[in-house]
Amino acid sequence: MMNDVTNIKIDPSKFQFAHKENIHDKKLETKPIGYFHDAWRRFRKNKASVVATVIIIFLLLFSFLVPIFCSNAYTRSTNDTERLKYQKLLPKVEWLSFMGVNGCKDTKINEAAYNQYRAMGIETGMSPIHEVKKGSPYTETVGGKESTYYDISLDTYYALGMNYFTLTEEQYLNIQAWQNESKIQVIYPAVVTSKLPVSKRTDANIWYMADQKGIPKLDSDGNFVDIYKTSGSDKYDSIRVSWDDGTLRYSNPAGTSAAPGYTVRINLYNYFIYKYGFEPCFAFGTGADGLDILTRLASGAQFSFLFAICISAINLVLGAIFGSIEGFFGGAIDLFMERVSDILSGVPFMVVTTLFQLHLAKHVGVVPSLLFAFVLTGWIGTASTVRMQFYRYKSQEYVMVARTLGAKNGRLMFRHIFPNAIGTIITSSVLVIPSTIFSESSLTYLGIVNLESSGMTSVGTMLANGRGFLSTDPHIILFPAIFISLLMITFNLFGNGLRDAFNPSLRGSED
Amino acid sequence: MLKYTLKRIGLMLFTFSVIFVICFVLIKLLPVTEADQFGQDMQLVLLRREQLGYNKPIFIQLFIFLERALFHGDWGISEKLYFGRDVWTLFVTKLPNTILVNVYAMLLSVPIGLALGIFAAMKKNKWQDHLISTLTMVVISVPSYVYAFLLQYFLCYKLQWFDFRVLPVDPENGITFFSWPMFKSMLPAVFCLSFGSIAGFTRYTRAELTEVLTSEFMLLARAKGLTKGQATVRHALRNAMVPIFPMILGEFVSILSGSLIIESIFTVGGVGSLYVDSINCTPPDYNIFLLLTAFYTLVSLTAGIVVDLSYGFIDPRIRMGAKK
Repeated sequence: MMNDVTNIKIDPSKFQFAHKENIHDKKLETKPIGYFHDAWRRFRKNKASVVATVIIIFLLLFSFLVPIFCSNAYTRSTNDTERLKYQKLLPKVEWLSFMGVNGCKDTKINEAAYNQYRAMGIETGMSPIHEVKKGSPYTETVGGKESTYYDISLDTYYALGMNYFTLTEEQYLNIQAWQNESKIQVIYPAVVTSKLPVSKRTDANIWYMADQKGIPKLDSDGNFVDIYKTSGSDKYDSIRVSWDDGTLRYSNPAGTSAAPGYTVRINLYNYFIYKYGFEPCFAFGTGADGLDILTRLASGAQFSFLFAICISAINLVLGAIFGSIEGFFGGAIDLFMERVSDILSGVPFMVVTTLFQLHLAKHVGVVPSLLFAFVLTGWIGTASTVRMQFYRYKSQEYVMVARTLGAKNGRLMFRHIFPNAIGTIITSSVLVIPSTIFSESSLTYLGIVNLESSGMTSVGTMLANGRGFLSTDPHIILFPAIFISLLMITFNLFGNGLRDAFNPSLRGSED
Repeated sequence: MLKYTLKRIGLMLFTFSVIFVICFVLIKLLPVTEADQFGQDMQLVLLRREQLGYNKPIFIQLFIFLERALFHGDWGISEKLYFGRDVWTLFVTKLPNTILVNVYAMLLSVPIGLALGIFAAMKKNKWQDHLISTLTMVVISVPSYVYAFLLQYFLCYKLQWFDFRVLPVDPENGITFFSWPMFKSMLPAVFCLSFGSIAGFTRYTRAELTEVLTSEFMLLARAKGLTKGQATVRHALRNAMVPIFPMILGEFVSILSGSLIIESIFTVGGVGSLYVDSINCTPPDYNIFLLLTAFYTLVSLTAGIVVDLSYGFIDPRIRMGAKK
């Protein structure tokens, strides 16, 4: 029977196609959604994370653009000791002055200081006293003596006042020439210091008769009595102050006849304009070392960001390779490698950093040795995540199929199993960034890592610098502290968002 | 269980000795201060170095060191920071400060953290929960030293409620570890340390409890007639405590090492400050550094073990070291 069937011969021409046209599956009407696209869709739904991302981008832009666009003659002159004269200035932004960002601070001063500030205002027209508070002056008894006090709002920029400079002839003439051109007075008339009590002779701000305490001796009309120098001769052809009738002298001779020098009273505010070409106005104020906090914070943040991103990338690569080998081969290799990472993770991080600093800092520099310290233990977390994923997936059927089809170990590891770990790894390497910045700022704060010795700055260094002035000048520490807090909060939110987006099953388990 | 415990302790000791040997060798490789810089103490220093075998190979130095440290309690003398003082005695006098500050912080943060966490879990997805979760998120993210600056500025400077620093122990003026002025001066540091822990405990408790609250046995408990409170306290809390308790235990062990940065900001005068000072003086005080390295390593390893083992003790369902 079977043979009969196979032997039947049918003429092919009796057959014809049931369908002439080609048969297709129905075309997909929607676009295919990839893994990352899917994650992005989920991420977008999380409003907090989106806001955090925007803020992170803003912080990144801040740290990378500010050093480029806000750098100026002042911020570039890092080795100039004259910047020490401009220390601890308060934040001042012209268009934010209505909010109190005008470089003024409330302070309580005694009568001598009040009169000195008033005299400074009279002489230069730039009064450091921005506002006298209500109820001033008032008397207070301190130590059995009754004294007068004023509560004022002090303009820290105008309060820079005068300073004695000793200039060479060339510098002196240069300033004179600039004065004539710009009509801004830098050099103010010299004072006959011998008319002052000894303790007040070095104070360049006193141009009036005053007693031991610096309280002015006023004339019968209540005006200051000036003690400007009128005798002698000096070399000038400058604009003169408005009250000058041509008799005033602007310098006291110093130096030798071969190299003549001039001791002059310089108005620091105007001198700044002369030297750096713009009016002093610092959006974040200046630190105790006179450095502009805005650009310094930005470059510190830039360093922190770059450093953290570097660490994150290195840890990612090292951890992925180490974890893959551990997880894929298992057995003795796994056991051995686990012991290695056990031992490494057992050493406290502080100790690792310290040892690296002590051993390597002199040879390869502070930053590379800090980098080594972070890398030495940093990859362990990534490695264990990858290892877990390998254990979970390596015995699944699709891996067996791939192996049967002849895939080599390398292909199995990185083409078939590793991609399962990508979501987790991305999340953890993003979270490495804030934790690195945090550790690095702690280390630099504590002085275990000394970045300043190599001319670098980081947020931690700035915090450490501002720490000593916490009660007198809180603005120095305020901005770095705000920056790092904001960074931590937003990065954590961003990390949570990423985690939820990549592993929807973990959502809400830890927030 | 006992076998597993012993095995873990054995492994830990192995890890510890490897780390210690590595650190010892690394520290000994660093240049030491020239003896003639010690002036009139030069002979003393030379004698002592001879005794410790500084001219011999490092591994022989290690054995001499271990012999002295383990059998005579002699960890060397401070060569720079507290010149001539015994390192071990220094360490023991500093330790109580650190422990005290951290124990206070724990005593403050555990109850508050648990309470907030339970509250948030009970009010899950209501505004109270959202508020607590958001605050937790913020508080956990902000570094502890930022709190330190805030507290110092407002409480210590503006309001002048507290001192800027923790008082040094001074028994003659009645300032002992458990006196009121001492406690009061420690408070700002304690607050700083607790903020982060409170937030941590809150977050963890909330996460665990919400998970337990959705289990089926909770439904059963309600179905058999327990009120919501009864069911939560008797069934949910006890189950939620399984992962929470080991965490608290681990924190208790790791508080020994304290927080370097808070100690240095509030000059607690504890182990952390000793560590930072020993590194920051030039040249670094290696003997102090070595002892503290050993101490920190031991603390972190112990904390890990305690956490792992406590799971087995708390929850009989978890069989430690069982073959899978």
